Amino acid sequence: MYKYNEFDDAFLAERNAQFRAQVERRIDGSLTEDEFKPLRLMNGLYLQLHAYMLRVAIPYGTLNSAQMRQLALLAEKWDKGYGHFTTRQNIQYNWPKLRDVPDMLDALAEVNLHAIQTSGNTIRNVTADHFAGAAADEVEDPRPIAELIRQWSTDHPEFQFMGRKFKIAVSAGEKDRAVLKAHDLAVRTVRNDAGEVGYQILIGGGLGRTPMIGKVLNDFLPRADLLPYIESVVSVWNQIGRRDNKYKARIKITVHEMGLDTIRELVDARFAKVRPTFGGADLQLFDEITEHFAAPTFRSASTDAYSWAYDADPVFRSWADTNLSAHKDADHAIVTISIKAHGQTPGDASAEQMRVMADLAEQFGYDELRISHEQNVILPHVHKSDLPAIHAKLKEHGLATANVGLISDIIACPGMDYCALATARSIPVAQQIATRFDEMKLEHDIGHLQIKISGCINACGHHHVGHIGILGLDRAGVENYQITLGGDATWDAAIGTRTGPGFAYDEIVPAVERIVEAYLAIREDQDETFLQTYRRVGMEPFKAALYPDAVKKVA
Amino acid sequence: MARAFTPKVITANDLLEGDVIYFTAEDSWTRDLREAELITDEAHAQLRLLDAEKQNIKIVGAYLADAKAGAEGPEPTHFREEFRRTGPSNYFHGKQEAQANV
Repeated sequence: MYKYNEFDDAFLAERNAQFRAQVERRIDGSLTEDEFKPLRLMNGLYLQLHAYMLRVAIPYGTLNSAQMRQLALLAEKWDKGYGHFTTRQNIQYNWPKLRDVPDMLDALAEVNLHAIQTSGNTIRNVTADHFAGAAADEVEDPRPIAELIRQWSTDHPEFQFMGRKFKIAVSAGEKDRAVLKAHDLAVRTVRNDAGEVGYQILIGGGLGRTPMIGKVLNDFLPRADLLPYIESVVSVWNQIGRRDNKYKARIKITVHEMGLDTIRELVDARFAKVRPTFGGADLQLFDEITEHFAAPTFRSASTDAYSWAYDADPVFRSWADTNLSAHKDADHAIVTISIKAHGQTPGDASAEQMRVMADLAEQFGYDELRISHEQNVILPHVHKSDLPAIHAKLKEHGLATANVGLISDIIACPGMDYCALATARSIPVAQQIATRFDEMKLEHDIGHLQIKISGCINACGHHHVGHIGILGLDRAGVENYQITLGGDATWDAAIGTRTGPGFAYDEIVPAVERIVEAYLAIREDQDETFLQTYRRVGMEPFKAALYPDAVKKVA
Repeated sequence: MARAFTPKVITANDLLEGDVIYFTAEDSWTRDLREAELITDEAHAQLRLLDAEKQNIKIVGAYLADAKAGAEGPEPTHFREEFRRTGPSNYFHGKQEAQANV
């Protein structure tokens, strides 16, 4: 993975020193909050309901064991012993004190991490497929492109004060695991008919109050054109995007109002000017970056230990069946460590758990970890013979929950338990749903079903693209939860449809139960997933299950 | 017709700690909502907010929050303010933890 060079180290040290001085000037009164706020946001520091919150970028979700241990250290030394992994591959600390934040940033810099551009109207942390570099279905490792974009976008002078934030995702798998179509701009690595690798560009996706599915702006770009093309897109939007209304400022609205063809013409015109200014330094840099991401030499050994454990231990087998994915090397597997133990906060890991995962990565996983937008942690390269030992260790630390992709593997934003923007709580709803379905011992029978919960219309919990989406609102001073069905976060992306009136806090879990009961009753067989059933039968059976009284009235 | 004025308290976050604080009748800040000044007059509320904002060097984001008189002092009327005076529901952190340690 990428290691900072002297330039990176010096840049970050200078930036952290600047922020330290800014904090001092805020404390001594030389800066007002109005002056200080944009400065702290540029460095990832929010003020939330109960405390400050520091959002640290985990670029394209990649970490090594030393970095994970440092995240644990921050949690223990300056927070309350845990961190929260987010849907944009960041980690958030919920309880830092203002005076401590400069020390936290310096500690992060020691392991090549930072919080720059995790907030504000800038290009945010670049996200990627969490199976990058390991997936069997990948054209090439997408992370060198993601790192190139990170370096280009960090402190880019043209893009520090845009009309709104701009989110980029990169993926190279046949399957989309990075929610590409929900991003302002997405890069999808593809191969053309001639077998050449190139890049498809999508723009205009986004969730929030006006959810939109991204559209293909350019079908195939050669590598030499990629960065100047992205710069052209952001540059065009930065000039024509609306600044009169922050709710209409994102590129999805620009695309919606002006049309994709007009945007394409403007981007092409801009590209004609921008392209000649890229003299090839970007390509040279790309080659240097790519060397950092060379795949490890995968060891070769017998996988008998795995087969024996699989046959002998039903708990291990259940975990292996749900939490492992196909690796490009047949003797290896990708391990998804669920940070969704039933009844716990989705995405929260204690400092001890972080250290355990770091140790496992170091001992068995070629020193690599990934954070997924689904708020889980990945060991991307594990030889199958090591899986029983890994599972045993995970079990000791509450990390062996076998629920990846199941109903209790819920995405939930922090909601009104932490977030100043939230209109209702998300976390306790997720905890209760997971606990309820665990008690019923139904989730393996239910199969693949994604629930995604947001505590406000900004949709950090991706509720629009959940198979079952839940949106918490404030209705006349009371928490109320709207349900959407049929959302899809994959390449077949779809925005869910609202079922009807919302449900009170104590009604939402029973409502989800009724939806699932309806699904189990009407699915064709065990292999038909919830989403497939919904697509076959539509909304009506689920509405009937959710609102039995309304059906009676009509009858 | 304009909506009738409902009682308010002034609340903010502490600059250094970041935690929730309330403005008292003595122009000081308390971490206990029950010790806050309950303001029942609209014009007085605006003046008190200006008084609170004079202390912006050590507080962040003062605003008027709905409250009602209770047996021990002001109480929240909206669930957001209830969470702010208590702490998150997933961990025993925030004010509930601080009060338990008194």
